Amino acid sequence: MDFFHVIVVLLESTIRVSVPLIFAALAGLFTERAGVFDIGLEGKMLGAAFAAGAVAAVTQSVWMGLLAAILISIALSLVHGYASITQRGNQIVSGVAINFIVAGSTVILGEAWFRQGGRTPALGEGARFQVVNLPFADSIREIPILGPIYSDLLSGHFLLTYIAFAMVPVSWWILYRTRFGLRLRAVGENPGAVDTAGISVIWLRYRAVICCGILCGFAGAYLSLAMTAGFVKGMTAGKGYIALAALIFAKWRPKNIMLACLLFGFLDALAIRLQGNPLPLIGQVPVQLMQALPYILTVILLAGFIGKAIPPKAGGVPYVKER
Amino acid sequence: MDDIAIELRGIDKSFGPVHANKNINLKVRKGTIHGIIGENGAGKSTLMSILYGFYQADSGEILVDGKAVAIRDPNAAIAAGIGMVHQHFMLVENFTVLENIMLGAEDSQILNKGIAKARVELKRLEREYALEVDPDAVIEELPVGLQQRVEILKALYRRADILILDEPTGVLTPAEADHLFRVLEQLKSQGKTVILITHKLREIMAITDEVSVMRRGEMVATRTTAETSVEELAELMVGRRVLLRVEKGEAKPGDVKLAVEELTVKDGRGVTMVDNVSFNLRAGEIVGIAGVAGNGQSELLEAISGIRRAVSGSVLLNGKPIEVTGHADPSELRDRGLAHVPEDRHHVGLVLKFEECENAILGYHHDKRYLNGVFLNIDAIRKDAEQRIAEYDIRPPNPRLKTANFSGGNQQKIVLAREMERGPDVLIIGQPTRGVDVGAIEFIHKRIIEMRDQGMAVLLVSVELDEIRALSDRILVMFAGRVVGERNPDATEGELGLLMAGVEGRKEAAE
Ligand SMILES: Nc1ncnc2c1ncn2[C@@H]1O[C@H](COP(=O)(O)OP(=O)(O)OP(=O)(O)O)[C@@H](O)[C@H]1O
Ligand SMILES: [Mg+2]
Repeated sequence: MDFFHVIVVLLESTIRVSVPLIFAALAGLFTERAGVFDIGLEGKMLGAAFAAGAVAAVTQSVWMGLLAAILISIALSLVHGYASITQRGNQIVSGVAINFIVAGSTVILGEAWFRQGGRTPALGEGARFQVVNLPFADSIREIPILGPIYSDLLSGHFLLTYIAFAMVPVSWWILYRTRFGLRLRAVGENPGAVDTAGISVIWLRYRAVICCGILCGFAGAYLSLAMTAGFVKGMTAGKGYIALAALIFAKWRPKNIMLACLLFGFLDALAIRLQGNPLPLIGQVPVQLMQALPYILTVILLAGFIGKAIPPKAGGVPYVKER
Repeated sequence: MDDIAIELRGIDKSFGPVHANKNINLKVRKGTIHGIIGENGAGKSTLMSILYGFYQADSGEILVDGKAVAIRDPNAAIAAGIGMVHQHFMLVENFTVLENIMLGAEDSQILNKGIAKARVELKRLEREYALEVDPDAVIEELPVGLQQRVEILKALYRRADILILDEPTGVLTPAEADHLFRVLEQLKSQGKTVILITHKLREIMAITDEVSVMRRGEMVATRTTAETSVEELAELMVGRRVLLRVEKGEAKPGDVKLAVEELTVKDGRGVTMVDNVSFNLRAGEIVGIAGVAGNGQSELLEAISGIRRAVSGSVLLNGKPIEVTGHADPSELRDRGLAHVPEDRHHVGLVLKFEECENAILGYHHDKRYLNGVFLNIDAIRKDAEQRIAEYDIRPPNPRLKTANFSGGNQQKIVLAREMERGPDVLIIGQPTRGVDVGAIEFIHKRIIEMRDQGMAVLLVSVELDEIRALSDRILVMFAGRVVGERNPDATEGELGLLMAGVEGRKEAAE
């Protein structure tokens, strides 16, 4: 295999593993920009993956699976919203609670319903996403350089992959070019300003939380309906936290989020690729180190290289008018 | 009979145990400027926030143009033609001026169309009222005076017919305040109604048509401005006679307590804020530093009290140097007899989430009085706080109340009590009465003079010229980081004003 080909394969798998990160980080973008911190991305994604796997297995329909994923994820978001917006509870605690509840209950329900050790049954063709081949992908593969880039790197991904990347400019457009986005960003900075402008802070924050639910639903569905054919317990494996790191790393901006997720995805792909293969000069690198790299990188870069990451000012603080 | 723009009937409001508004009745006539005054915590902001729909009254009725309206939220108030400039601005700091003005009045789901329209409308308003501000400037980079303009434009943009301003001049320079009043006069001439809350009785006399007085949650009187006097209003506010200018004997200056020598301070961006300043402060005298805000007074105070590092120069406290260019330690300075009442009590002077008694010992918490071995002696702290509350008439008299729940004036008294009561040699005070009512001002001024008479050296910085003239034994005027002149307290306002504007100073320095 020549070097160019190795790169293409590596980038191709980078894209594959970045997709759930992009969905989840964009999900976090919507809530956090509205001032509701969400450490429960992981749990929502996991719950969505389970719902998708279970419903797709039962109905044999990938679309029903996707719908179930989104609905469950929205439901979990609303729980978080109720705790942190309406009841003004601690947002971190609520998020962590959701993560734990989902981690446990997906296994229990999975075992009770399917008896496969917490898995959902393997999905057949119609019950999971198929790769989409872009037009002419086969005919131009032989063209040097551009051929493989188009046919192997850009073509042959799942529909959800294309949606994920499309969501980046779409999210940007919503946040910066629509009334809803303007208000959403305002409520994350100074809810008092939003309130006195005659806009309901609570309803606005709920809508942000629902957006988060929808995107987390996509992330989860991607895991169990596209990346693998069915749900496996704990299959998010910390992706929700990595997405959170990417969100901070990206300073809460859509384009940076995509780049951060691709970077973290690349490290992940590299880790898989290097497994068992010694690096020149360095030798064998423990896989754990590679897996920890996104976090280490976030800490190091945030500590000085990319400047201060200023979170939304009202983030994490429930809106209380009367003390 | 004139039309009534706003009528409040029997408004009542409690925040938990605090009864902020008690059965309030108020009529505001159309096309007038109506002043509202009252002590700190009297309930003025609360009443106006109820009118604006920000808070909900527990009971009572609001009539706009004679018709009862239910104002459940600010949206309803805006629809009824009411606009409000809040005491603490309600702006999104990292948004542009235009975005802040549009927020909540964007017209369409997609911003682009609205933006163009807003720009045009904003230009028109700016021209009509001479309220220029760059629509693309980011709020946090604007000085407070301009931020307030944005708030006013926000209300006008929403076509407010009734404009409420909650202590608008507290943050303004005299020139800015004059400009604001011209705008208000113009609004009045257009038939709009203005409600103005302020602590400055002079402003009430100068611009309002009628004035209502609140005291401890009640509306105690409404007067026609032309038929009342500053003295009467002050008395109505406080419920007793107030000395608007406290009596003060001759100063008997003693030894030099604080010697500032060629001090130069730069701010975070490297701009020189204090430029080669030297002066002496003696025991038993009050030296006032006058100047328009932003001419280096804040940085001077910060450098002396060890919060900000100076670039060069020296400061001697009781003859011994303070490491102003190195690591001066505020807590060590405190032990050496230097107390500091910071200008910005919210950010530097208090932890708003703490109980009153905790703030009352902040920085003095390692005093043996308050300790039980390594633990805090809560009983001693509370008893001490209670005594201080009684002495300084801090209201409500509850040492366990969260500091955020005290009104501005009472918060200021908490800080003053903490810093003055230990009898420091040198007391540095920044803006002692900003946002504070006349009753409390009288009290604070008396206290400062008492301290002087007991031999304390006081360095006072204030943007209120009246205050500087009432208290100081010597006045230094700062302009652009330099001390441009020294005057006696009997210098005229005009003379000091010229110095503050940098006019006289240049001549003097050239001579
Ligand atoms: N949001 C709130 N929650 C609880 N208590 C409050 C709240 N706002 C005000 N209070 C209390 O209500 C009382 C009246 O406060 P208000 O702010 O209306 O006074 P004010 O007359 O505007 O005083 P100031 O001149 O200091 O601005 C005070 O005791 C204050 O502590
Ligand atoms: Mg007030």
